[in-house]
Amino acid sequence: MAIPDTVPLLGISWNDVLFVVLAGILLGSALLVVTLRDIIRCGIAMVAAFGALAGIYVMLGAPLVAAAQVLVYIGAIAVLILFAVMLTQAKNAPARLVFQTQAIPAAIAAVVLAVIVALSVVSTDWGAVSTRLTTATDALARLLFNEYILPFEIVSVLLLAAVIGGVFLAKREDRDA
Amino acid sequence: MSQSLDAYLVLAGILFAVGSFGFLARRNAISMLMSIELMLNAVNLVIVAFGAFVPELNVDASVIALMVMAVAAAEATVGLAIVMAIYRNRRTPLVDEYDAMRQ
Repeated sequence: MAIPDTVPLLGISWNDVLFVVLAGILLGSALLVVTLRDIIRCGIAMVAAFGALAGIYVMLGAPLVAAAQVLVYIGAIAVLILFAVMLTQAKNAPARLVFQTQAIPAAIAAVVLAVIVALSVVSTDWGAVSTRLTTATDALARLLFNEYILPFEIVSVLLLAAVIGGVFLAKREDRDA
Repeated sequence: MSQSLDAYLVLAGILFAVGSFGFLARRNAISMLMSIELMLNAVNLVIVAFGAFVPELNVDASVIALMVMAVAAAEATVGLAIVMAIYRNRRTPLVDEYDAMRQ
Protein backbone atom coordinates (compact mmCIF):
# COMPACT_ATOMS: atom_id res chain seq x y z
CA MET A 1 0.00 0.00 0.00
CA ALA A 2 1.44 3.33 -1.07
CA ILE A 3 1.66 6.21 1.35
CA PRO A 4 -0.40 9.15 0.09
CA ASP A 5 1.39 12.37 -0.83
CA THR A 6 -0.36 14.42 1.80
CA VAL A 7 -1.72 13.66 5.23
CA PRO A 8 -5.23 12.18 4.84
CA LEU A 9 -8.12 14.48 5.76
CA LEU A 10 -5.84 17.46 6.36
CA GLY A 11 -4.21 18.11 3.01
CA ILE A 12 -0.83 19.14 4.38
CA SER A 13 2.36 17.47 3.32
CA TRP A 14 4.27 14.99 5.43
CA ASN A 15 7.31 17.27 5.40
CA ASP A 16 5.32 20.01 7.08
CA VAL A 17 4.12 17.62 9.75
CA LEU A 18 7.68 16.44 10.34
CA PHE A 19 8.94 20.01 10.50
CA VAL A 20 6.30 21.06 13.02
CA VAL A 21 6.95 18.02 15.21
CA LEU A 22 10.72 18.49 15.18
CA ALA A 23 10.45 22.23 15.76
CA GLY A 24 8.07 21.60 18.65
CA ILE A 25 10.45 19.11 20.25
CA LEU A 26 13.35 21.50 19.70
CA LEU A 27 11.72 24.58 21.19
CA GLY A 28 9.97 22.66 23.98
CA SER A 29 13.14 20.99 25.17
CA ALA A 30 15.07 24.26 24.79
CA LEU A 31 12.55 25.92 27.09
CA LEU A 32 12.96 23.04 29.53
CA VAL A 33 16.74 23.55 29.44
CA VAL A 34 16.42 27.15 30.58
CA THR A 35 13.59 26.67 33.09
CA LEU A 36 13.98 23.33 34.86
CA ARG A 37 15.18 23.33 38.44
CA ASP A 38 17.22 20.13 38.44
CA ILE A 39 20.32 20.66 36.32
CA ILE A 40 20.64 16.99 35.37
CA ARG A 41 17.18 17.22 33.79
CA CYS A 42 18.34 20.37 32.01
CA GLY A 43 21.15 18.30 30.52
CA ILE A 44 18.79 15.54 29.39
CA ALA A 45 16.48 18.11 27.79
CA MET A 46 19.51 19.58 26.04
CA VAL A 47 20.27 16.16 24.54
CA ALA A 48 16.67 16.02 23.25
CA ALA A 49 17.06 19.47 21.71
CA PHE A 50 20.28 18.44 19.97
CA GLY A 51 18.62 15.30 18.62
CA ALA A 52 15.65 17.24 17.23
CA LEU A 53 18.06 19.66 15.61
CA ALA A 54 19.88 16.76 13.97
CA GLY A 55 16.52 15.70 12.51
CA ILE A 56 16.02 19.20 11.14
CA TYR A 57 19.46 19.05 9.52
CA VAL A 58 18.40 15.84 7.79
CA MET A 59 15.26 17.60 6.57
CA LEU A 60 17.46 20.40 5.24
CA GLY A 61 19.41 17.93 3.12
CA ALA A 62 22.66 18.02 5.10
CA PRO A 63 23.11 14.45 6.35
CA LEU A 64 26.79 14.81 7.19
CA VAL A 65 26.09 17.84 9.38
CA ALA A 66 23.35 15.84 11.10
CA ALA A 67 25.75 12.98 11.77
CA ALA A 68 28.34 15.41 13.10
CA GLN A 69 25.66 16.99 15.29
CA VAL A 70 24.90 13.62 16.86
CA LEU A 71 28.56 12.73 17.26
CA VAL A 72 29.88 16.06 18.49
CA TYR A 73 26.97 17.48 20.45
CA ILE A 74 25.19 14.44 21.86
CA GLY A 75 28.27 12.27 21.99
CA ALA A 76 30.86 14.72 23.24
CA ILE A 77 29.55 18.06 24.46
CA ALA A 78 26.51 16.72 26.31
CA VAL A 79 28.57 14.06 28.04
CA LEU A 80 31.19 16.67 28.95
CA ILE A 81 28.54 18.94 30.43
CA LEU A 82 26.98 16.08 32.39
CA PHE A 83 30.40 15.19 33.78
CA ALA A 84 30.92 18.80 34.82
CA VAL A 85 27.51 18.73 36.51
CA MET A 86 28.56 15.62 38.40
CA LEU A 87 31.79 17.26 39.56
CA THR A 88 30.53 20.69 40.53
CA GLN A 89 27.03 20.39 41.91
CA ALA A 90 26.38 20.04 45.61
CA LYS A 91 25.08 16.74 46.88
CA ASN A 92 22.02 18.20 48.54
CA ALA A 93 18.95 19.55 46.78
CA PRO A 94 19.27 21.77 43.71
CA ALA A 95 19.63 25.48 44.24
CA ARG A 96 16.56 27.01 45.73
CA LEU A 97 16.51 29.97 43.41
CA VAL A 98 16.98 28.94 39.81
CA PHE A 99 16.93 32.42 38.32
CA GLN A 100 18.77 35.61 39.05
CA THR A 101 16.91 38.75 40.07
CA GLN A 102 17.04 40.07 36.51
CA ALA A 103 15.07 37.11 35.14
CA ILE A 104 11.99 39.13 34.21
CA PRO A 105 13.90 41.82 32.27
CA ALA A 106 15.85 39.01 30.63
CA ALA A 107 12.59 37.34 29.56
CA ILE A 108 11.30 40.61 28.14
CA ALA A 109 14.57 41.15 26.27
CA ALA A 110 14.46 37.63 24.86
CA VAL A 111 10.88 38.04 23.63
CA VAL A 112 11.75 41.39 22.04
CA LEU A 113 14.79 39.80 20.39
CA ALA A 114 12.70 36.95 18.96
CA VAL A 115 10.06 39.36 17.63
CA ILE A 116 12.66 41.61 16.01
CA VAL A 117 14.41 38.65 14.39
CA ALA A 118 11.12 37.23 13.12
CA LEU A 119 9.99 40.58 11.68
CA SER A 120 13.28 41.23 9.95
CA VAL A 121 13.39 37.69 8.57
CA VAL A 122 9.89 37.91 7.13
CA SER A 123 10.40 41.37 5.62
CA THR A 124 13.67 40.56 3.86
CA ASP A 125 14.10 38.95 0.47
CA TRP A 126 16.86 36.41 0.87
CA GLY A 127 17.08 35.32 -2.74
CA ALA A 128 16.13 31.80 -1.75
CA VAL A 129 14.85 29.16 -4.10
CA SER A 130 11.55 27.57 -3.21
CA THR A 131 12.74 23.98 -3.05
CA ARG A 132 15.25 22.51 -0.72
CA LEU A 133 18.63 21.50 -2.07
CA THR A 134 20.57 18.54 -0.77
CA THR A 135 24.29 18.59 -0.08
CA ALA A 136 26.27 15.77 -1.65
CA THR A 137 28.84 14.46 0.79
CA ASP A 138 31.54 13.91 -1.83
CA ALA A 139 31.21 17.52 -3.00
CA LEU A 140 31.48 18.60 0.60
CA ALA A 141 34.66 16.57 1.06
CA ARG A 142 36.20 18.05 -2.11
CA LEU A 143 35.42 21.57 -0.97
CA LEU A 144 36.65 20.92 2.57
CA PHE A 145 39.99 19.48 1.47
CA ASN A 146 40.64 21.94 -1.37
CA GLU A 147 39.36 25.45 -0.73
CA TYR A 148 38.90 25.13 3.01
CA ILE A 149 42.10 23.23 3.74
CA LEU A 150 43.68 26.11 5.65
CA PRO A 151 40.70 26.64 8.01
CA PHE A 152 40.56 22.87 8.47
CA GLU A 153 44.17 22.76 9.63
CA ILE A 154 43.68 25.82 11.84
CA VAL A 155 40.71 24.10 13.48
CA SER A 156 42.91 21.13 14.31
CA VAL A 157 45.43 23.45 15.96
CA LEU A 158 42.58 25.17 17.81
CA LEU A 159 41.32 21.84 19.13
CA LEU A 160 44.82 20.92 20.29
CA ALA A 161 45.10 24.26 22.08
CA ALA A 162 41.68 23.72 23.67
CA VAL A 163 42.67 20.27 24.91
CA ILE A 164 45.89 21.56 26.45
CA GLY A 165 44.14 24.58 27.94
CA GLY A 166 41.35 22.44 29.37
CA VAL A 167 43.79 20.05 31.01
CA PHE A 168 45.84 22.95 32.38
CA LEU A 169 42.83 24.77 33.80
CA ALA A 170 41.09 21.74 35.27
CA LYS A 171 44.06 19.99 36.81
CA ARG A 172 44.45 20.07 40.53
CA GLU A 173 47.23 22.29 41.80
CA ASP A 174 48.69 20.33 44.68
CA ARG A 175 51.70 22.46 45.46
CA ASP A 176 49.65 25.53 46.42
CA ALA A 177 47.44 23.51 48.70
CA MET B 1 6.01 25.51 5.56
CA SER B 2 8.96 23.18 5.40
CA GLN B 3 9.76 24.48 1.91
CA SER B 4 10.39 28.08 2.92
CA LEU B 5 13.59 29.54 4.31
CA ASP B 6 11.68 31.93 6.57
CA ALA B 7 10.27 29.14 8.74
CA TYR B 8 13.74 27.82 9.53
CA LEU B 9 15.12 31.30 10.18
CA VAL B 10 12.28 32.19 12.54
CA LEU B 11 12.76 28.87 14.33
CA ALA B 12 16.45 29.62 14.75
CA GLY B 13 15.66 33.13 15.98
CA ILE B 14 13.32 31.78 18.65
CA LEU B 15 15.92 29.20 19.68
CA PHE B 16 18.53 31.94 19.96
CA ALA B 17 16.18 34.06 22.07
CA VAL B 18 15.52 31.12 24.41
CA GLY B 19 19.26 30.59 24.76
CA SER B 20 19.91 34.26 25.46
CA PHE B 21 17.19 34.24 28.12
CA GLY B 22 18.82 31.26 29.78
CA PHE B 23 22.22 32.92 29.66
CA LEU B 24 20.94 36.11 31.24
CA ALA B 25 18.62 34.56 33.82
CA ARG B 26 20.14 31.36 35.17
CA ARG B 27 22.25 31.40 38.32
CA ASN B 28 24.17 28.21 37.67
CA ALA B 29 27.34 28.58 35.61
CA ILE B 30 26.79 25.24 33.85
CA SER B 31 23.24 26.22 32.93
CA MET B 32 24.69 29.35 31.36
CA LEU B 33 27.08 27.20 29.32
CA MET B 34 24.14 25.04 28.19
CA SER B 35 22.37 28.21 27.06
CA ILE B 36 25.45 29.21 25.07
CA GLU B 37 25.33 25.83 23.37
CA LEU B 38 21.68 26.46 22.45
CA MET B 39 22.62 29.80 20.90
CA LEU B 40 25.47 28.22 18.94
CA ASN B 41 23.06 25.59 17.66
CA ALA B 42 20.67 28.30 16.53
CA VAL B 43 23.44 29.96 14.52
CA ASN B 44 24.38 26.61 12.99
CA LEU B 45 20.75 26.06 12.02
CA VAL B 46 20.75 29.41 10.21
CA ILE B 47 23.93 28.47 8.32
CA VAL B 48 22.57 25.08 7.23
CA ALA B 49 19.20 26.58 6.28
CA PHE B 50 20.88 29.12 4.01
CA GLY B 51 22.87 26.32 2.48
CA ALA B 52 19.69 24.39 1.75
CA PHE B 53 17.84 27.26 0.10
CA VAL B 54 20.47 29.44 -1.61
CA PRO B 55 22.19 27.56 -4.45
CA GLU B 56 25.48 29.52 -4.31
CA LEU B 57 25.95 28.63 -0.65
CA ASN B 58 24.92 25.01 -0.86
CA VAL B 59 28.11 23.09 -0.12
CA ASP B 60 30.01 25.90 1.60
CA ALA B 61 27.35 26.16 4.29
CA SER B 62 27.85 22.57 5.41
CA VAL B 63 31.61 23.08 5.61
CA ILE B 64 31.16 26.24 7.68
CA ALA B 65 28.66 24.47 9.93
CA LEU B 66 31.19 21.72 10.61
CA MET B 67 33.82 24.36 11.47
CA VAL B 68 31.38 26.03 13.87
CA MET B 69 30.81 22.68 15.56
CA ALA B 70 34.53 22.19 16.07
CA VAL B 71 34.90 25.67 17.55
CA ALA B 72 31.88 25.01 19.79
CA ALA B 73 33.53 21.85 21.07
CA ALA B 74 36.69 23.79 21.90
CA GLU B 75 34.62 26.47 23.62
CA ALA B 76 32.76 23.91 25.72
CA THR B 77 36.01 22.28 26.81
CA VAL B 78 37.65 25.49 27.96
CA GLY B 79 34.45 26.92 29.44
CA LEU B 80 33.78 23.85 31.57
CA ALA B 81 37.42 23.74 32.66
CA ILE B 82 37.14 27.36 33.81
CA VAL B 83 33.92 26.59 35.69
CA MET B 84 35.60 23.68 37.46
CA ALA B 85 38.65 25.78 38.34
CA ILE B 86 36.40 28.46 39.85
CA TYR B 87 34.38 25.79 41.66
CA ARG B 88 37.51 24.44 43.24
CA ASN B 89 38.28 27.86 44.73
CA ARG B 90 34.81 29.11 45.65
CA ARG B 91 32.92 25.84 46.33
CA THR B 92 29.78 27.01 44.54
CA PRO B 93 28.58 26.86 40.93
CA LEU B 94 26.31 29.90 41.31
CA VAL B 95 27.60 32.90 39.43
CA ASP B 96 26.03 35.53 41.69
CA GLU B 97 28.23 34.33 44.52
CA TYR B 98 31.40 35.05 42.53
CA ASP B 99 31.86 38.54 43.95
CA ALA B 100 35.60 38.66 44.65
CA MET B 101 36.13 41.61 42.30
CA ARG B 102 33.34 43.63 43.86
CA GLN B 103 34.70 43.84 47.37
